Amino acid sequence: MIDLKILANHNLTPGEYDLIVSLIGRDPNLTELGVFSAMWSEHCSYKSSKFYLKQLPTKGQGVVQGPGENAGIIDIGDGQLIVFKIESHNHPSYIEPFQGAATGVGGILRDIFTMGARPIALLDSLRFGPLDSPKNRSIMEGVVSGISSYGNSIGVPTVGGEVYFGENYALNPLVNVFCLGLAEKDKIFYAKAEGIGNAVLYVGSKTGRDGIHGATMASAEFGKETEHKRPNVQVGDPFKEKLLVEACLEVMDKGVIVGIQDMGAAGLTCSAAEMPAKSGTGIEIDLDLVPQREEGMTPYEILLSESQERMLIVARPDKVGEVREIFAKWDLDAVEIGRVIEGGRMKVRFHGEIVVDVPVSAVVDLCPVYKRPVAPPAPPRAASDVAPIPVPDDLGAVFGRLLASPTIANKEWVFRQYDHMVQTNTMVLPGADAAVLRLKGSRKALAVSLDGNSLYAQLDPRTGAKIAVAEACRNLACVGARPVGVTNCLNFGNPEKPEVMGQFKEAVAGLSEACLAFEIPVTGGNVSFYNDTEGASIYPTPVLGVVGLVKDIDRVVTPGFKREDDAVVLLGACTGELGGSEYLKIAHGREDGIPPAIDLAKERAVQETCLEAAESGLLASAHDLSEGGLAVAAAESAFASPGRFGCRLDLDGGLRPDALLFGEAQSRILVTVGPAAVPALLAIAARRGVPAAVVGEVGGAAIRIAQKGAVLIDVPVDTARAAWMDAIPAYFKIRER
Amino acid sequence: MKFGVVVFPGSNCDADTLHAFRVVMGQTARFLWHKDHDLRSVDCVVLPGGFSYGDYLRSGAIARFSPLMREVREFADRGGLVLGICNGFQVLLELGLLPGAMLRNKNLKFLCRYVTLRLENERTRFTHQGRKGQVLRIPIAHFDGNYYAPPETLREIEDHGRVVFRYADAEGRPTEEANVNGSLHNIAGLINARGNVLGMMPHPERAAEPLLGSADGRMIFESMISKF
Repeated sequence: MIDLKILANHNLTPGEYDLIVSLIGRDPNLTELGVFSAMWSEHCSYKSSKFYLKQLPTKGQGVVQGPGENAGIIDIGDGQLIVFKIESHNHPSYIEPFQGAATGVGGILRDIFTMGARPIALLDSLRFGPLDSPKNRSIMEGVVSGISSYGNSIGVPTVGGEVYFGENYALNPLVNVFCLGLAEKDKIFYAKAEGIGNAVLYVGSKTGRDGIHGATMASAEFGKETEHKRPNVQVGDPFKEKLLVEACLEVMDKGVIVGIQDMGAAGLTCSAAEMPAKSGTGIEIDLDLVPQREEGMTPYEILLSESQERMLIVARPDKVGEVREIFAKWDLDAVEIGRVIEGGRMKVRFHGEIVVDVPVSAVVDLCPVYKRPVAPPAPPRAASDVAPIPVPDDLGAVFGRLLASPTIANKEWVFRQYDHMVQTNTMVLPGADAAVLRLKGSRKALAVSLDGNSLYAQLDPRTGAKIAVAEACRNLACVGARPVGVTNCLNFGNPEKPEVMGQFKEAVAGLSEACLAFEIPVTGGNVSFYNDTEGASIYPTPVLGVVGLVKDIDRVVTPGFKREDDAVVLLGACTGELGGSEYLKIAHGREDGIPPAIDLAKERAVQETCLEAAESGLLASAHDLSEGGLAVAAAESAFASPGRFGCRLDLDGGLRPDALLFGEAQSRILVTVGPAAVPALLAIAARRGVPAAVVGEVGGAAIRIAQKGAVLIDVPVDTARAAWMDAIPAYFKIRER
Repeated sequence: MKFGVVVFPGSNCDADTLHAFRVVMGQTARFLWHKDHDLRSVDCVVLPGGFSYGDYLRSGAIARFSPLMREVREFADRGGLVLGICNGFQVLLELGLLPGAMLRNKNLKFLCRYVTLRLENERTRFTHQGRKGQVLRIPIAHFDGNYYAPPETLREIEDHGRVVFRYADAEGRPTEEANVNGSLHNIAGLINARGNVLGMMPHPERAAEPLLGSADGRMIFESMISKF
């Protein structure tokens, strides 16, 4: 009865089907096929990426839990653990931006609190097509409101992130959502189904027909018929999830449960299979007992629905009453739908009949791992080899256009829609290098940065990935935080294309190298393949989420200039690379060249210099140089200056003026210190072998940058700030009056 | 003084508010569960911010039916001190303890940002530690903070000095530009005729520690704690 067409609809290959038959010893029925299809989807099984992900360094100081669980865990001392992860919700967000993004937030939150941690911060990495298209604006508006509606309601602050724009994201926007949680040591919960005879409880929202086969959908390319996939997108209810957070944390705190797992991708199927698989047990559930909000649902639909705000709990029979009571307090159902059994099988009953009877290990662990064909990426060509780059006559005008480029421009339009202050821990508001959260009752603070530059990765995936790690860590160094752990979201095209797999292989190698160099463990992450619509792949987009620790809240540094006459010091060397730069894109309409070189040892020395200076209390401000180079970094420090101070900089160097101003050489940080502190700062840099020089001072009402005395740009702070502030709102003005 | 912070399903500033009273201000403070019928002999009831009942239907519309609201109303009628912050203000409006209603913000978006407020009435139990015209920097975070009341109600509250805070610029001028959510008369905070029930959209509990960027909200808590 199962033919090639049915297989194709389930994204399963004939080879995979044969393997299923040999694993279960017979032909599966349609429901069983659905179970395998979801669990063996790329999204759930990592079948194309697993081979490469093994390279990532996952061990390190403080690692309590590495990859393989709902989220990674790091011990930050004083009996506290941080739990964090990033995940993509790209496909649903393209089909239905509001719900797609909202449920992305809901999903990542569940990954965190299912482990016993209270979520304390959200960040998002978003990528959209250019804003001059109404369709792209509407996607952005939907995604931002979706994130806002979910995160605000549930009371977890959205404290930062990044927003990039590029043509390659027009048909495939990226929505990567990061969540950080805080837990007490020895109070972590896992997705365990231990103890034969223990009860399996279903808690949270009722099951409907939404999101059926969401995981499978996210594991295929989109074509023109994508609109029809709207029913595959789930619908979020943040209020329900808020109740679920409180009730789950309460049952965990009271110690009345054995294990817990959220129903995310592949819904009930996933948790009902994974929990016993991890414990070497089996599970028996009766679908007639599953709370349903629609009539006439088939076992296939109940098992594969991705209705949101649901969890599966395993509890001892004598504790079921207490669990029920706590959920009832929060007006939530907790329904016993089955029990843990011996024998390692997943048995599902419906109307008195067994509709699924398969070994859990076959479903969870025995999906084939592919080493797909790889085509190495073409080596990048120097931009100047492709075509000459004329130096623009009016560098001030180019500066203005860069500040108004949506990728660089101020993102207030976005983050003001997010409650970024709830929970009263946010010390550094969105827009700085990294978000900083104080830890109540201690002197410590946590910092988080999300980073990725897909143009670099497109031109050279290995370098692009290394830079993503380096820049995320550099962002932390700028606020005075040392990285303790990293999670990653790897957004790529169709892995069945050798060139995409080539990009992936190179990027993972780059990540691995960089994480080793920075000695930060990778505690988990997410791979999102099949980011292709109508045959075109996105640029490879590795997004890094790095969490850091600040020892003393009084030593947190922010990017804004603080006092007139402070010395401006540039840590690192201006090598003037223009390949893959925002300048080349905006001023010359080109996305080519060799991305900036990155020497990880030099990078680390620069960061250590910044950290030592921050921890010694020398720094008045620090800001990393990234898109737009020195000129944009100086401008952003002026814009973030409480006194609206400008700066007067004068640099040497035999670089062409555009390369000096806008080149994106890596491993550079612009810091300011009181004049008396200059020698101490330079001494730290010299000891670490880091080039450092006083390049000017804070003051005046303009951003003025000269080269050997010849002024290149001289723009009033207010004028520059207006261009930077107004760029994104201007695209949405008409609709907001 | 003993403070009670009411927890509705969907409240999300309850813990922040408790922290502000207990840890920052050093007072006795406890949560009050919305399903109980017991105010636990607190001296002041605080309705915190959040999304009670998800703000489905209308902000604060369902929370007003929570069992504990009967006691809160009686407590207010006896002259007990009640502070409603953000969603708590919306609940007070729905309860009818304060007049008027909240519409969507004028830009039809959720708004989280610092605003500056002008203290209009310093002769209340919530503000007597401040001075008239003082400018306070306190964050807002809401979707429905665009205050509306019919003309006769507005006249009544203005005539009796019941507008406690107005959205204003840094110099304390209640300009159109400073009126970020579109409230009538730039109203950000309002007190009842008897002077024991205050509702405000800005979050003083988020502006109680300099570490977080402003401690201007402390004046309100200090006023509540000290003798009027």
